[in-house]
Amino acid sequence: MGYTMKDASVSPSHLLGAEKGELQMLRRNGRLDRLFSGSTFFFAVTVLVLLGAIMVTLFISGWPAFSELGASFFTGTRWAANVNDFGILPAVYGTLVTSFIAILVAVPISFGIAIFLTELCPVFLRRPLGTMVELLAGVPSIIYGMWGMEVLAPFLQRHLPDVFPAGTGLTTAGLILAVMIIPFITAITRDVMVTVPPMLRESAYGLGCTTWEVVRNVVFPSVRAGMVGGVILGLGRALGETMAVTFVIGNNLFYKATVTGQGTSIAALIANQFPEADGLQRSALLALGFLLFVITFIVLAIARLMLRRMDRSKA
Amino acid sequence: MFKRVAATLLTASLTLGAGAAMAGETITGAGATFPYPVYSKWADAYQDETGIGMNYQAIGSGGGIKQITAKTVTFGASDAPMKPADLKKNGLMQWPMVMGGVVPVVNLAGLSKGELHLDGATLADIYAGKITEWDDKRIKALNAGVELPDTKITPVYRAEGSGTNFLFTHYLSEVSESFAKTIGEGKSVAWPAGVGAKANAGVASQVAQTNGGIGYVEFAYAKQNDLNYVTMKNKAGKFVAPSIESFKAAAGNADWKHAPGMYLVLTNQPGDASWPITGASFILMHLNVEDPAAAKRALTFFDWAYSNGSDAAESLDYVPMPANVADMVRADWKRIKGADGQVWK
Repeated sequence: MGYTMKDASVSPSHLLGAEKGELQMLRRNGRLDRLFSGSTFFFAVTVLVLLGAIMVTLFISGWPAFSELGASFFTGTRWAANVNDFGILPAVYGTLVTSFIAILVAVPISFGIAIFLTELCPVFLRRPLGTMVELLAGVPSIIYGMWGMEVLAPFLQRHLPDVFPAGTGLTTAGLILAVMIIPFITAITRDVMVTVPPMLRESAYGLGCTTWEVVRNVVFPSVRAGMVGGVILGLGRALGETMAVTFVIGNNLFYKATVTGQGTSIAALIANQFPEADGLQRSALLALGFLLFVITFIVLAIARLMLRRMDRSKA
Repeated sequence: MFKRVAATLLTASLTLGAGAAMAGETITGAGATFPYPVYSKWADAYQDETGIGMNYQAIGSGGGIKQITAKTVTFGASDAPMKPADLKKNGLMQWPMVMGGVVPVVNLAGLSKGELHLDGATLADIYAGKITEWDDKRIKALNAGVELPDTKITPVYRAEGSGTNFLFTHYLSEVSESFAKTIGEGKSVAWPAGVGAKANAGVASQVAQTNGGIGYVEFAYAKQNDLNYVTMKNKAGKFVAPSIESFKAAAGNADWKHAPGMYLVLTNQPGDASWPITGASFILMHLNVEDPAAAKRALTFFDWAYSNGSDAAESLDYVPMPANVADMVRADWKRIKGADGQVWK
């Protein structure tokens, strides 16, 4: 003992009293270790290389659109493939608005579920309820899309015909997205909340804090990073969700500053048009895919930055 | 450099895939989804008869054109005909294989099937967002004696790129100059008004749940789901209902002989009984084939389908090509050449 594997492989003569068989075993273990660390390093790098390769490929294939369309690609207010007029505004606007609505709806609900599950829920209900929420995360997105088209959209249309004349639209898509990301945010928030040491909680209760005060002043501050992580994961999913959104977003390719009306999102637009696209349209769609990459990256970076600032102001 | 490597790898893998599929006397093709039910029904019957199967990937017209251009399949299929210049550029030929129609459908309380009458220009203005109420005076003028509700019109369109979109917008562009100028024709266009839905089923269900909705679907879909279709005014000024007969009438007037490269869209055809939004689905093949045996197999299948496939097509509510057009196509096949000369004799 006391010797690390590395020492053993470099100079086995230092291992006083080690027999030949033991030395052999140590050497073999050293090799295995190196092999293991080498392969894990390889896998980790592979992810990075793949990510880089995807970005580069998207950019190269999208380059004709960037160079041929120039500024109009970024400022155009409609996406009309048949006349080679590609403006990304409607899709970018729709992507951001639907994701924003989703986060707005999903975050309070998810945090509420998580607080209930960890602080208020009777013990016998904890497991079944938690499992249910996690099961929700396993529902394929096409099912959400079908539910949105067949149930949610007609429901909104029937009960709020003035706001949702056709049932579909950016808000409908945002609501579907909210349902889809609630299980992610809830599961992560609950998991980080149970990591708070019971001692901290009990001390606070002992001082006479109410449940809300414990959650607000003891639990939340110590797991803030984890909660933001959950929200970011949900946001990432909302930004790139395709199938469910395509069904309910209304697929209007003009930019309109509407929240409840029809629109489109980057992912929905690509899903709709890519199979039949060629030439400049294909290249424009790939460029749009690259932009989705960039937007997701920017949004996540902003979230991280906010988190860091929060930590700093607390310190 | 990177792009070339990627392209080579892709082509290699596709060729390998196609090669493996070809091994067992199979005809390979890819393309349009619209005629897929007919092609697969024909292929089933043909396999029972001859033992030769068909591997048809219904990946969309655009994908079919891409694959035939890259020579990874023996034939490609497209709902929109390829322009003669593009045919020449890619060394391809095309011919019509089967026909169908696009039918406007509505959801209007109190109106029975076919009771609503529209003409092309009105339909174009509805889809351009210029006519927004069902009791608009232009719609009233076409529907004397019909009680039209004062509900808002919600146009429903196909959101994804499709041959149905192409036919419909081609027709509207033909009959309305302003539609042609502001929206234009294509597989994916930017619709200024209304709601986009996915596929025939999505359009139909959106129309069904929207009071005052109007959409357009393939005839086969409208008929099988018993949707409330619109009676359309054709080029001759007559009102016609969509049916196999009115599609045949439109096709019968088509002048395939004088259409260079068989580039012909059958919308807005003359004739009293012609349905105005009719179209053919096309097959594309190379003029100089690398594998004459595979090309021969495919042509033999298409020859069989022209001669024996009419009943199967009509049972699925598609319109078979008339015999004289089929003969013309067969004669045209003589242009396909392999290493040992003419493939089809």
